Amino acid sequence: MWELLIIIVPSAIAYTMPLLMGALGGLYSERSGVTNLCIEGLMLFGCFASAATIVKLQAIPGFSYNLAIVIGIVVAMLASTLLAALHAFASINLKADQTISGTAINMLSTALSLFLAQTITGSGNITVVRAVIRSDVPLLSKIPVIGPLFFSESYWTTWICIAVWISSYFLLYKTSFGLRLRACGEHPSAVASAGVNVHKMRYIGVLTSGFLSGLGGACILVTYAGEYNAGAGINGLGFLAIAALIFGQWKPLGILGSTAFFGLCMTIANIGRILPAFSGIPMAVLGAFPYVATLIALVFSSKKSAAPLASGQPF
Amino acid sequence: MNKGKVINKPLEARKASPLLVSVSAVILGMLAGCILILVIGKNPITGYSKLFMGALSNKRKIGATIGLSTQLIFAGLSFSFAYKTGLFNIGGSGQMLVGGITCSLLAHMLPAGIPRPIYLVIIILAAILAGGLWGFISGFLKAKFNVHEVVSCIMLNWIAYWICYDFIPRFIIDPSIAVKSAPIANERTLRSGIFTALFGKTTTANLGFLLAIAAVVLIWFILNKTTLGFNLKAVGANRYCAEYAGIKVTKSIIISMAISGALCGLAGLSFYCGYSNIMEMGKMPSEGFDGIAVSLLGNATPVGSLVAGLFFGVLKNGKLSLAAIGIPTELADTIIAIIIYFAATNVLFRNFWDGLFKKSFERQEEYFSLAVKGEKTMDQVTPEERKALIKQGKELAKAKKEVK
Amino acid sequence: MSHVIEMIGIRKEFPGIVANDNITLQVEEGEIHAILGENGAGKSTLMSILFGLYHADRGVIKVRGKEVDIKSPNDAFDLGIGMVHQHFQLVHNFTVAENIILGKEGSFVYDIKTASRKIKEISEKYGLAIEPDMVIEDITVGMQQRVEILKMLYRDADILIFDEPTGVLTPQEIEELMQIMKNLIKEGKSIILITHKLDEIKQVADRCTVIRRGKYIGVVDVKTTSVDEMAAMMVGRPVSFKVEKKPPVLKDTVLEISHLSVKNAKGVLGVKDFSLSVRGGEIVGVAGVDGNGQSELIEAITGLRKIESGSVILCGNDITHMSIQQRNELGLGHIPEDRQKRGLVLSAPLTTNMVIKEFYKPRFGKGGILQTKEIEEYTEAIINKFDVRSGEGKDSLAGKLSGGNQQKAIIGREVTAEPELLIAVQPTRGLDVGAIEFIHKQLVEQRDKGKAVLLVSFELDEIFNLSDRIAVINAGRLIDIVDTKDTDVNSVGLMMAGIKKEEK
Repeated sequence: MWELLIIIVPSAIAYTMPLLMGALGGLYSERSGVTNLCIEGLMLFGCFASAATIVKLQAIPGFSYNLAIVIGIVVAMLASTLLAALHAFASINLKADQTISGTAINMLSTALSLFLAQTITGSGNITVVRAVIRSDVPLLSKIPVIGPLFFSESYWTTWICIAVWISSYFLLYKTSFGLRLRACGEHPSAVASAGVNVHKMRYIGVLTSGFLSGLGGACILVTYAGEYNAGAGINGLGFLAIAALIFGQWKPLGILGSTAFFGLCMTIANIGRILPAFSGIPMAVLGAFPYVATLIALVFSSKKSAAPLASGQPF
Repeated sequence: MNKGKVINKPLEARKASPLLVSVSAVILGMLAGCILILVIGKNPITGYSKLFMGALSNKRKIGATIGLSTQLIFAGLSFSFAYKTGLFNIGGSGQMLVGGITCSLLAHMLPAGIPRPIYLVIIILAAILAGGLWGFISGFLKAKFNVHEVVSCIMLNWIAYWICYDFIPRFIIDPSIAVKSAPIANERTLRSGIFTALFGKTTTANLGFLLAIAAVVLIWFILNKTTLGFNLKAVGANRYCAEYAGIKVTKSIIISMAISGALCGLAGLSFYCGYSNIMEMGKMPSEGFDGIAVSLLGNATPVGSLVAGLFFGVLKNGKLSLAAIGIPTELADTIIAIIIYFAATNVLFRNFWDGLFKKSFERQEEYFSLAVKGEKTMDQVTPEERKALIKQGKELAKAKKEVK
Repeated sequence: MSHVIEMIGIRKEFPGIVANDNITLQVEEGEIHAILGENGAGKSTLMSILFGLYHADRGVIKVRGKEVDIKSPNDAFDLGIGMVHQHFQLVHNFTVAENIILGKEGSFVYDIKTASRKIKEISEKYGLAIEPDMVIEDITVGMQQRVEILKMLYRDADILIFDEPTGVLTPQEIEELMQIMKNLIKEGKSIILITHKLDEIKQVADRCTVIRRGKYIGVVDVKTTSVDEMAAMMVGRPVSFKVEKKPPVLKDTVLEISHLSVKNAKGVLGVKDFSLSVRGGEIVGVAGVDGNGQSELIEAITGLRKIESGSVILCGNDITHMSIQQRNELGLGHIPEDRQKRGLVLSAPLTTNMVIKEFYKPRFGKGGILQTKEIEEYTEAIINKFDVRSGEGKDSLAGKLSGGNQQKAIIGREVTAEPELLIAVQPTRGLDVGAIEFIHKQLVEQRDKGKAVLLVSFELDEIFNLSDRIAVINAGRLIDIVDTKDTDVNSVGLMMAGIKKEEK
């Protein structure tokens, strides 16, 4: 059992972080009142942008691999934010159907990243020379039980994601910004009548979702994936993030739990076949497992929806 | 009709029609494509001429375009149908996969000797049932558990993907290429002499195209002429009012998603047992998503889906010729994605055209009142008189300007 | 006395309508100044301009003699102008304190404790009795309104706009509000009161500006002007708000509700052990403050909401567990509370809307195929009979009709189906006097034809004008049923607050 845990848990944490960032991004957007179904597209674009940047930089002789990764992550966040701006413009200014706009962004992201990837590498796949190297956290990794599970062989990006999650919690519930953002998703005209610019708040919400999804997408690349794959994309991870948002009832603590659950499912799907405990289970069953689990989770969590009241309604 | 009472519609400025809005979206999408081609340092004119020549320059190419369009028409029709009921069926790809795998299994496993007409009926029904079932699940989850259909559809897409991943090697693998199914014999596909006679022996155009046209007519009829269509459209336009009026909203959602899924099931049939004759492991067909673009461009109407499906078929078939001049073929998909973004933000065009029409209308009004010296309004004369008076006023205005 | 507010020559145009046309308003310091006008006359638009939610196309605004440009509510707050909105601008799952500080949190990381203390102080000073830690959805409508007032006082507003503040209150709560207003004046505030209710103006206002169809009609001194004079100014012709009707001729019982219990959206009982019967030939009015179970009661009768226990019998048939369609077929007509959400498909033509309840019947949908000609003729007949005015007749989209014509279309549809029981919920909300008169006449006509009419309204005047009997509902329970001629507004008001006669 311990042997199994020691393999699965660090892996599950790695799979959880991109999901957490995507779901958190969705949280910002939906709490501000804009339905965001393009997390998938935003994460994919972040994944692509970081891959392209890192590959180019790592190809420069003498350029630090780690610096390249840092720059790649930043570029990914900016690129996804740019794409999210399109969604914000359509949803907020033009009052377009947010589902359609989100779908358009997803398609645009897929096609545009492929188009650019082909122009860059010719094949459409971009593999980075070196991704983030796992390392033990000093001192903490020495703690019995917890140390080997959570603080050993971890990616430094994980700690950034955790920091983002903690500060988001603080931002949403302790600051005037959070109060206004949450009010925008529930009752925008109340916010307007209190003299706050609703459109501005919603722009911030949607752009933040791009920013964080970009981070999530980059995390996929620099941790477990190591390559941008033109064919598979990110395998619907962005939609899992949305499902996690619903399952987590639009609350930071809730989505931490739900993304951890989906992260675990993804781990089982991806490394299950090399684990003796799961031998004999057909690969397709393992592969389908996260999606089936998500559907079941949604069946139980959707009926009593805590969705922000005004999410999806133009103002 | 009560002929005695004619309600005069007051004259007002023209409003932008859906067609004009769609055409604007296409033009802007193509312009964006131009920019992309320029960005990578190529010539847009050669690019586009290559694109269109590649799709339409000879019989063989036209046949291939029709073969590709068939799935797009089905998928567009499928999305439109659900959309009319207020549902967003993004699960077309999964529904195509289950339709495709069901028919492929049947094609390999049904005993030889079944007469072709009966065989065709069997696989058509099988495609409808399989796709319908996949749509039904999403509809059911939405109706009974309030699960957002977009999320459930995506999950079902991936579940279908993994089912095919399992079934292809298990039942119908091509032993020489271990990631594909064995090809289906020609007489077990939708390929037909009618099309080979027209477009050449190897054409991918197949009976699916005729099925698609029949489906367009049938769906148009259901939506516009039947109580079922009335029912579903009422739910889509205002589910609260429909519920109040006694329509069973949950039932309507399930029926609508099932029919929508069935149409994508047929897309799977025409794709995997017509356009192609094999299924590959680990491949999600993009047509399910392209169908959304087709439908939105076609204003979510059946006939619109037919036209838009053919247009996107041209883009998708023509793109294969782009590689020859060094433009990535994904250009076409990028253009499609941009077009649907513009279709989503159609308010932009509508405002633009409405503003333009309003300006021209106001100018006409101005000329008119100049001609009649403000004694009459435009409503009070016949259209012919109005035209003449506007012309007269225009000349008056011109003369005035010259005097100044 | 000097003018704290002057709005001169204000004009505001929306696509297709001039909402304000050259309106002038002058408010003196320390007065309660009423703005009187029918629904849709342009009162709210004028106040939204003053509060910075809209910008006037033309005109000048002066505050304390200085010309100002109010671009947003923030500018209004800076000038000391605050607005108590008709539809409360409160976030339902926030606490009172969070709602009050929203937009004026003080610092980035806000200090809710200090804010709560300040709120408490203001609340005590003006006698508002508000607990800062309560969540909005758990407090009464009257309290929510006081939170709105507090919100303005927290921002140090000294010119307060009250937009139709009494629509959701019981007569006693209205009394309290009037007292609060007088307290505010005593503390040196000025108040603008927007309303279409004449008796309220008579009760508290000093002066009154009348507007009609977006135009300025005049300003009057309230003490020296009679209610009838003001009414005539508001409507443009002498009006009587009394509805003419003959004594009722009672028939058999049509609707029999016994021991009905229904859950509300929160999952708790919204209607508790409710019994009521309505006979043919009478109008029974359900009086109560909004949110006391009226919606749940009507939804349970019409089949939109599941019934937990008890039964509903319509013309001798137990319909407790029947589908909506079955109920309709047994003779149930329903004019819904929200005509745009429930009553009509706004994006569909009138033809669709007129047969939406019956499209499946052989007459309109023989063998599953729509009988277009029959549907069109049927629609034309309703349009003609009920004088539904629209740009393109039967092909007009329902959303393009004015509110009054939308309601006429709904009444036309419901009445033409000849129901035994007609349920009307807030049938005249937001309509002008002409449309109100028409709709009241239709309801009385149904009663005189021997049909049963169940009326739900939050306007006590309407209840008293139309009903033969009045059933009062509070917190989901039936408090009492009384004959209209044996009661008065005050005692019904007390019952609306949950106090029964014997208990006094």
